Amino acid sequence: MLVEIGHFALVLALLVALVQGTVPLVGASVRSRPLMDLGRSAALLQFGLVALAFAVFMHAHIVSDFSVRNVFENSNTAKPMLYKVTGVWGSHEGSMMLWVLMLTLFGGLVAALGRSLPASLRARTLAIQGLLGFGTLAFIIGTSNPFDRLFPIPVDGRDLNPLLQDPGLAFHPPFLYFGYVGFSITYSFAIAALIEGRVGAAWARWVRPWALTAWCGLTIGIAMGSWWAYYVLGWGGWWYWDPVENASFMPWLLGTALLHSAAVVEKRETLQRWTVLLAILTFGMSLIGTFLVRSGVLTSVHSFAVDPTRGVFILVLIALVIGGGLVLYALRAPGLETGNPFAPVSREGALVLNNLLLCAGMATVFLGTFYPLFAEVWSGVKLSVGSQFFDATFVPILAPGIIALVIGPVLAWRRGSLRAALRRLAPAIVGALLTPVIVFAFDRAAPPAALAGIALAAWAMLGVLTDLADRSGVAMQPIGIAWRRLRHLPRGTWGYAIAHFGVGVLIAGVTVSTAWRSERIETLHPGDTVEIAGRTLRLVGVTEGDVANYHAQRAQIVVERPGSAPMTLYPERRWYPVARSQTTNTAIATNGLGDLYLALGDPDGHGGWVLRAYYNPLVPWIWFGAILAALGGLVSLSDRRLRLRLPAVRTSLAVRSAGSADN
Amino acid sequence: MIRRLAFAVALAAGLGGPAAHAVEPAERLADPVLEARARALSQELRCLVCQNQSIDESNADLAHDLRVLLRQRLVAGDTDGQVLDYVVARYGVFVLLDPPFAPATYLLWLTPPMLVLGAGIFLVLRARRRRPDPGLPALTDEERARAALLLGERG
Repeated sequence: MLVEIGHFALVLALLVALVQGTVPLVGASVRSRPLMDLGRSAALLQFGLVALAFAVFMHAHIVSDFSVRNVFENSNTAKPMLYKVTGVWGSHEGSMMLWVLMLTLFGGLVAALGRSLPASLRARTLAIQGLLGFGTLAFIIGTSNPFDRLFPIPVDGRDLNPLLQDPGLAFHPPFLYFGYVGFSITYSFAIAALIEGRVGAAWARWVRPWALTAWCGLTIGIAMGSWWAYYVLGWGGWWYWDPVENASFMPWLLGTALLHSAAVVEKRETLQRWTVLLAILTFGMSLIGTFLVRSGVLTSVHSFAVDPTRGVFILVLIALVIGGGLVLYALRAPGLETGNPFAPVSREGALVLNNLLLCAGMATVFLGTFYPLFAEVWSGVKLSVGSQFFDATFVPILAPGIIALVIGPVLAWRRGSLRAALRRLAPAIVGALLTPVIVFAFDRAAPPAALAGIALAAWAMLGVLTDLADRSGVAMQPIGIAWRRLRHLPRGTWGYAIAHFGVGVLIAGVTVSTAWRSERIETLHPGDTVEIAGRTLRLVGVTEGDVANYHAQRAQIVVERPGSAPMTLYPERRWYPVARSQTTNTAIATNGLGDLYLALGDPDGHGGWVLRAYYNPLVPWIWFGAILAALGGLVSLSDRRLRLRLPAVRTSLAVRSAGSADN
Repeated sequence: MIRRLAFAVALAAGLGGPAAHAVEPAERLADPVLEARARALSQELRCLVCQNQSIDESNADLAHDLRVLLRQRLVAGDTDGQVLDYVVARYGVFVLLDPPFAPATYLLWLTPPMLVLGAGIFLVLRARRRRPDPGLPALTDEERARAALLLGERG
């Protein structure tokens, strides 16, 4: 019964979405306030209905209602409760439910928080969001019904893919989808602005916080996914340029560009058209990402051809969303206001460079991801595009962006002086040149690429610190005053500083862990030892036992290091009998500067076990850096100039800060 | 990622039983120089039954066979190029993770530099067009003096 209520709520939500997607549009064009305001109630109602359906679906998973096909296929009574809950989005149907829940959540938020928006802009934004909801709900109900019943009712379920039964992956999809789908709202704002024919600073002030919110979610989601890959796959890699990873990385790159160009629209009323275009493309990339992951086109063109219903549905949706958006853009963009002029060397100029490089990087990732598909369709040649292509193209394209990332914030708006900027950044320049020299002195065999990476990392981190020191005036003022000035910098400035510093931290982590990792793979018998990175590892023994829904083989390994207390690590292998699959549960000891990473391999049949040991220096910095970047976004979001419900104050602040060169 | 792993898991389940692990001690060659070459080569070869993993990383049985095969070729005295040619002849270009620079991949390899070039040209053209900045009237002497006065406080 409950399940039918959930199904009914979903169908009702579809109808509400249709009303939300049409009536306010009509209302906005005939200037009818009641029709426009219908959009708000519809958005809230649609969110309520989808949330109800989602709750019912989650309940079915929690109580293991195997009469629901999706629960039968993805759950099991022995599965721990945490994974019964998070298993909700572990399947195709469930992840689409999560997707539409986020979509309606964002619509509901605009409806609830957007009181101060111009009525017609709000009505049109909510209408577009309603149409997106309609498309997604039609997809779910038509091709991926989560409430499909089974009869006769099976006794027990097939269990969830064991790789997904992991805390890192349990919470990865909600963040990722929050980010993906968050860009739907900037898309809706962009389309609404095109219909209105106006993109003003007020528009950008609304778009920027939403873009920032979505971007933070996406950043955390990608970082979690990468961390999960790192500790689950058993050999310490953290990024594979896998199409599924690229699917989330492409909207991230465009979203990053959008974030920065929206800032330019807000501060300087220029780059409006470009920002609108980016907003359309960013959400387009989110949809393409969904298509990549959900249609099976990646595995091979053939698996797509076997059951193309879902893939074709999403393709049509993409064509409508991107195609429709671009056609509208082509028709209306020439009528949008032209921006204020700026010199090539200016903060705007640096942001344009950043946008160009991010887009070129995105295009490269796109090309590498889809090329095998195109090549197979056109010439029948089956080829692979692996990480070497991406390393050789993406990295050099983005590297100049890192240089600009430090100089840009130091330049003045409108017209800046490169010489003055470089003079201000002199300490960072010295530091960035010196750091690789010091590293080289310690390790003469250091590869040039690694030294360049270290220089960039030092440049980004020191550049931010130099800029902060400069803004505080610490060189000329007593330390107390400098500290007070630092404390009173706008949150937006702190946000930029934290995020850009995080980029430096991330580059350091990537470079050092790639260039200086060490590896030992040995067969050990109990009592045997192996040395790695100044540590001695001794295998005490391997114990076996049944836990929850799996069988575990657990090695006890004592790690000794001169001058510190010995510690014990337990790398593990798990066999999931219901899902019939094996997972590796690595043991990682980290001290923030490096990870000792152990994975247990196969027994050799004579009492020995294969142990794979790695020492990955600075690898945790990759995720520290990503978290710092997201944190910077959140700090920036808390800037009172961006706060959502202060329309009157915001206008006066905008007037006051229009002339100042702060962030 | 989820899909790729689901696929890998499905395959492992289909083959039944626990799969062997990537690069095993038993496979290794005694000669450290040959072994280093073998490791480098195995990072360039794709595991055909996995998604986007090299045979160096993969724990599938086929990857194990390929690792053993390329070590046999190295011991027999093949150069790195000969080993790759040998594997490509058997499994097709698909087995190379890094696509070679050939007619089928001209578009792939040449597009990124073109993009950068295009972006550069765009920036240069834009800078030229914008050089005489129309929105910036010069200051009068009086304004300049006032500006100096205002800025003077800050040193």
